[in-house]
Amino acid sequence: MATDRFDMGDIDIAWCPGCGNFPILKTLKEALTDLEIDPTQLVMVSGIGQAAKIPQYLKSHFFNGLHGRALPSATAIKAANPTLTVIAESGDGDMYGEGGNHFIHCIRRNPNITNIVHDNMVYGLTKGQASPTSQLGFKTPVQVAGVVLEPFNPLAVAIALNASFVARANAGDREQTREILKRAIAHQGYALVDILQPCVTFNKLNTYQWFKENVYYLDDAHDPADRGAAFARATEEDRLPLGVFYVNPKKSFEENVGVYEEDSRPLYEREVDQAKLASLIDSFKMAI
Amino acid sequence: MGSLQRAKQGQDVSIVLCGQAGQGVQTVEFLLTRILKLAGYHVFATKEYMSRVRGGLNSTTIRVSNKRVSALINRMDILVALNQGAVAHVAERLSPETVILAEQAVLGDDDGLEPGLFLDLPFTQIASDIGNKIYSNIVAVGAIAGLLGIGLTDVTDYVERFFAKKSREVVEHNVQAARAGYEAAGLLELPEGWKWDIKTDARVKDEVLVNGAEAVGLGALAGGCDFVSSYPMSPSTGVLVFLAQQGKDLGVLAEQAEDEIAAINMAVGAWYAGARAMATTSGGGFALMTEGVSLAGMLETPVVVHIAQRPGPATGLPTRTEQGDLELVLYGGHGDFPRIILAPGTLEQAYAVTQKAFDLADKYQSPVFVLTDEYFVDSYYNLPAFDVSQATVEKHVVKTSRDYRRYEITEDGLSPRGIPGYGDGLVAVDSDEHDEEGHITEDLDVRVTMVDKRLAKGEAIKKEIVPPELVGPEDYRNLVICWGSTYHVVLEGLAELGRDDTAMLHYQQVYPLHVKTADYVRQAGKTVVVESNATGQFRKLIRLHAGVDVDEGLIKYDGLSFAVEDIVEGLGQILS
Repeated sequence: MATDRFDMGDIDIAWCPGCGNFPILKTLKEALTDLEIDPTQLVMVSGIGQAAKIPQYLKSHFFNGLHGRALPSATAIKAANPTLTVIAESGDGDMYGEGGNHFIHCIRRNPNITNIVHDNMVYGLTKGQASPTSQLGFKTPVQVAGVVLEPFNPLAVAIALNASFVARANAGDREQTREILKRAIAHQGYALVDILQPCVTFNKLNTYQWFKENVYYLDDAHDPADRGAAFARATEEDRLPLGVFYVNPKKSFEENVGVYEEDSRPLYEREVDQAKLASLIDSFKMAI
Repeated sequence: MGSLQRAKQGQDVSIVLCGQAGQGVQTVEFLLTRILKLAGYHVFATKEYMSRVRGGLNSTTIRVSNKRVSALINRMDILVALNQGAVAHVAERLSPETVILAEQAVLGDDDGLEPGLFLDLPFTQIASDIGNKIYSNIVAVGAIAGLLGIGLTDVTDYVERFFAKKSREVVEHNVQAARAGYEAAGLLELPEGWKWDIKTDARVKDEVLVNGAEAVGLGALAGGCDFVSSYPMSPSTGVLVFLAQQGKDLGVLAEQAEDEIAAINMAVGAWYAGARAMATTSGGGFALMTEGVSLAGMLETPVVVHIAQRPGPATGLPTRTEQGDLELVLYGGHGDFPRIILAPGTLEQAYAVTQKAFDLADKYQSPVFVLTDEYFVDSYYNLPAFDVSQATVEKHVVKTSRDYRRYEITEDGLSPRGIPGYGDGLVAVDSDEHDEEGHITEDLDVRVTMVDKRLAKGEAIKKEIVPPELVGPEDYRNLVICWGSTYHVVLEGLAELGRDDTAMLHYQQVYPLHVKTADYVRQAGKTVVVESNATGQFRKLIRLHAGVDVDEGLIKYDGLSFAVEDIVEGLGQILS
């Protein structure tokens, strides 16, 4: 599919050959093209890491902020101008480790943004340490005896927090991933898409082949409105389910904050209401 | 005429209310200050309180005068002791002239007060007789008003208004309580020579009565603040609460963040998307924000942070005051980038500089800090209403074209700032070192160019520094330098000292430091910096940035603000 409007042309990309980030980038551009999103209305927000470089390689506005802090910034960007499409995208270490607290509270806050997480179960940019989603026993130069911390389960956490939209995809399957991304971006409210992705350099365990053999797609029998079923599927470990686990339509953060109730203009178009300010100051005179 | 002299003539009265947290000291303060202000008296109030919701002992100092009053004094003309232990709590401020108003039945042995050494006013008994001891605070309000000779209807009218939304019975009982307290005070036998007959000032009625937190909040609104993201932290929370409540009508999006890291990253994100955002916090919260401050420096995204200081390190004294975070705010955030630090000393300045903070942040695409402290945000006085005619916000934002480059190299380092969705261009910002388009780079020549560009803005900022205010003789021999919240205590202390060879130089912008600082210091025979911290942080800043040494420091770091008497005594010794 032609994705010209998002293509950067001939640029130097800092990812390893064969990296799972390449198909995610390609798939995302296709999803955005399918949804007819205008690059001048799209803000990509990311943190730090190899996955977090994705905004550099996709033509749009972008805010490449601090490690772990993409979600608060993305929330504020969307809240300051709800007409923008906002995607917060980074890796598992960034979103679930450094930014774990923001991940939890962003789900509670429910801004109308899409949260794409490249989940390769390892730290790439810092060269091969365990990530929050690394499997038990995974050996690294730091976790020399193997990982002993329980792997973080982002889907189960998100469903426990009654997230608005929770999905998992596989970077190796572009067709299905594109459809999941399209549903997530079109969803009104916070949408999590955890994308399983191999790290060809530092994760010799969870390879393209491993993912192929250890995943399966949720079928029509799964009801995304059923929170209990979604949670049960999210905690399956033998083979990892893919697809849309949970959809819970509810009012977004921007709809709840009040400043757009009577005035739909983004904040940058507004002026100080001098008369209202004067009246507020006068109230401190306390005269009847 | 100094306040001591006015006090002797019964024209400047200091009332201290002391009682447990949660038992109504705040209500008495709230009602009394408003009644006094509406009746035309100049009024000032400040409090000191413990970090707990119930129990402990808190005190509020209220000054009532025929002239403007804006500073804490230690002198207590009237002490209203509402609970056991209250007298002991403020024992150091007692003098033989202090009139103590208390209830025999509630005072304990630890107050060491014999009957006859205080005026027994049975607040709770009177309240119980009316129907509920909950009215005892209102009895106290009435009693104090009665002692001061304020018109009874001034009191009862306001009490009636204050409780207007409650049931008719509650309103009536409170009015009765105020009247009963007022009448009981009339029957007290005051010590000889004590008579208060404070004159009113017709101007006061039309003035506003605000505290520092409200002045900062109103200034933010005047600066076009439409977004506030913060994590509650004493003593800065008042600004968040104010903007959440009062800002509703003015279109402020107020969000309580999960932590200070989220708060600053939200504020920076909001500015990026065209909002005018602020975060409000205290030292510990600001410490968490510093990476985000550095992000603002790198992205060249404006941001405004209000920091109400309290004593550290770590949790320190959560509800007390200090000016101990100047160096934190000066250096917080890794790497080199320009910043501006404002430190208002008066409520007028708080309104004006907070408004200005938004303009400076926007114009220079840099972090701007408003540095106050617990004493400042919790102190009230009446003053003429703030001027809203200046509240016209110039937004330093451009509509982008297709070839827009966020970090275009310009002579003064300022690249026109676009925002996403306004124009045809793309606005790319990056916390990595970046090229003119905002894309990540490891080209080391570009690195040097970008550092120079960011620092060039610092030179532009220096052309617009708020000058320090010199009060007193221009041919001074002694110069007393202060910054931030100590403005009024130093000014009144100097007035009490009555020296015609000494001037005050107050800074409401402490960084970058005004270029004339060295000249001011060199002109003096003796210089002193007055500040509430243990190591003389502003004194060090002057040495570093003005290249001159200040002779002496008058410091205080016990968690309480300087009072006028501390200034009189401290400067009296240093300048003798």
